[in-house]
Amino acid sequence: MGEESETTETPEPAQRVSSYFFLTIFIVLIISFAALGFAINSLYHGQAQGTDLVWPTIFLVIGFVGISFSTYVLFQTRQRVMQLSLELPPVMTTITCQKCGFKNQRIFERGDYIFKDAGPCPKCSDKLLVSAIYREVKEKPKKEIF
Amino acid sequence: MIPEAAQIFGSDPISLVFQIIFTLVFVVFIFYGQRIQMILMLNEVKNSLLRLKYIRDEGRKVAIETIKELGKPVTDPTTRVDQFLEYISIPPEAMDPAGVVYKLEHILDIQDTRLKDEVKLMAPQATPTQVNNLETSLEIAMVLNIIYKVIRHYYILGKKTYSLYVIMQVQMALPLIMREAEAYAAALKATTYGQPWGDGAGQLVAGKLIYGHEQRKIEKDYLVSTIQIEGRTVHVLKGEGPGGNVGKPGEAIKQVIEENNGKIASIIIIDAAQKLEGEKVGEVAEGIGVAIGGPGVDQFKVEEELVKYKIPVNAVVIKEDVGDAVSPMRKEVFDAVDTAIERVKRVIMERTKEGDVVIVAGIGNTIGIGQ
Repeated sequence: MGEESETTETPEPAQRVSSYFFLTIFIVLIISFAALGFAINSLYHGQAQGTDLVWPTIFLVIGFVGISFSTYVLFQTRQRVMQLSLELPPVMTTITCQKCGFKNQRIFERGDYIFKDAGPCPKCSDKLLVSAIYREVKEKPKKEIF
Repeated sequence: MIPEAAQIFGSDPISLVFQIIFTLVFVVFIFYGQRIQMILMLNEVKNSLLRLKYIRDEGRKVAIETIKELGKPVTDPTTRVDQFLEYISIPPEAMDPAGVVYKLEHILDIQDTRLKDEVKLMAPQATPTQVNNLETSLEIAMVLNIIYKVIRHYYILGKKTYSLYVIMQVQMALPLIMREAEAYAAALKATTYGQPWGDGAGQLVAGKLIYGHEQRKIEKDYLVSTIQIEGRTVHVLKGEGPGGNVGKPGEAIKQVIEENNGKIASIIIIDAAQKLEGEKVGEVAEGIGVAIGGPGVDQFKVEEELVKYKIPVNAVVIKEDVGDAVSPMRKEVFDAVDTAIERVKRVIMERTKEGDVVIVAGIGNTIGIGQ
């Protein structure tokens, strides 16, 4: 029945890129390099001997197109594999003392929440408080036109 | 053969080969151009579907693991979680729209109770805060499952029918759908850990205002604290945290208005609002109106009270995009909370006079935000 009969009870892991696919790309890449090598060789020697340059030119084009195509496909596939992960951004918890201003920042731990009592202050023994929980997103500076 | 043919056509063999190839490509594109385009579009949908499947499966896995970890169930909760993911709720019929809001509210109440009961059965050892967080996590997993299934439906339908209309509409909507799915995927892990969402910005404003003051419980999952700001009596409403919960702000505001016999000088509602592309995350904007999102029941109830007692309503919103709203709160949003508090105080000073009674209500999911 294929995809139509699939249920959510026993979901299979998401399908990865097949190794046959990589093999095909690899073969295309090798053939393209061979064509390129042959073309360069023929052009170099052909020019010296004054022979016909049409076929070397065609091989040159085939080589370039093949290499561009296979690297593009490989790049796209790599991007897809890289995207198949759910990374949790680092979330920071800030603990502050209301009395002496002591401040400590650490990675978020399960059970933290804003306004949570975080025990005694190591400096003045007053109450520590979870004052902030946030994640920092480092965005590349963009040239804003609008 | 090619050289002979080339002689007949009066050109060299290479040109002839290229001519034939180009003619073939031309003819193929005339007859099969649209089909090739559809195959490419279907391939694009398939790639996104693959990612959606991964997100859906991860969501399910995370939900099951968290239930096992926090709820310590006696039996394996997997089957129950799978049943939960297929849960449906049917909205009321709106052919005769009179009273549909209350019907919708009733359905939402039943759904909330049902889902909470299911979570309690799945995770008997979980604390009330954990139950709220688990419920939110499962709801997110449910949304991811629905997104995956709907896209899969259109993909298979498109493949079966080769209808350009079916394939194109799903392919064109995919970028936005993927953004939403990825935002929910990020939200899922944040929820299981109990991290505050960007959507909780309004609740954080209210939390900062009432922290250290006496609080009492009012209508469903809301707290009220009465504070003084520049001679005005301000009733600050906040959803009860730190569990994942949006409460019923409409009912809560209604209750406080009724307690004060409608003598409210102004209502200020603070919420996170969706920013437009190009706007900065954490921008604070001000205006009028009931800034309560969701299915509309709460907004409707507050608006009814406003009309009944002729109460002016102000809104202060913190802008963020949909991904930021359901993922761990960004620093820009957290920093904007203090700006929002200043804006609330300024509105109180400018729009009311000493001795007036004001309501300030924080809206949003209060996960990870105590009081």
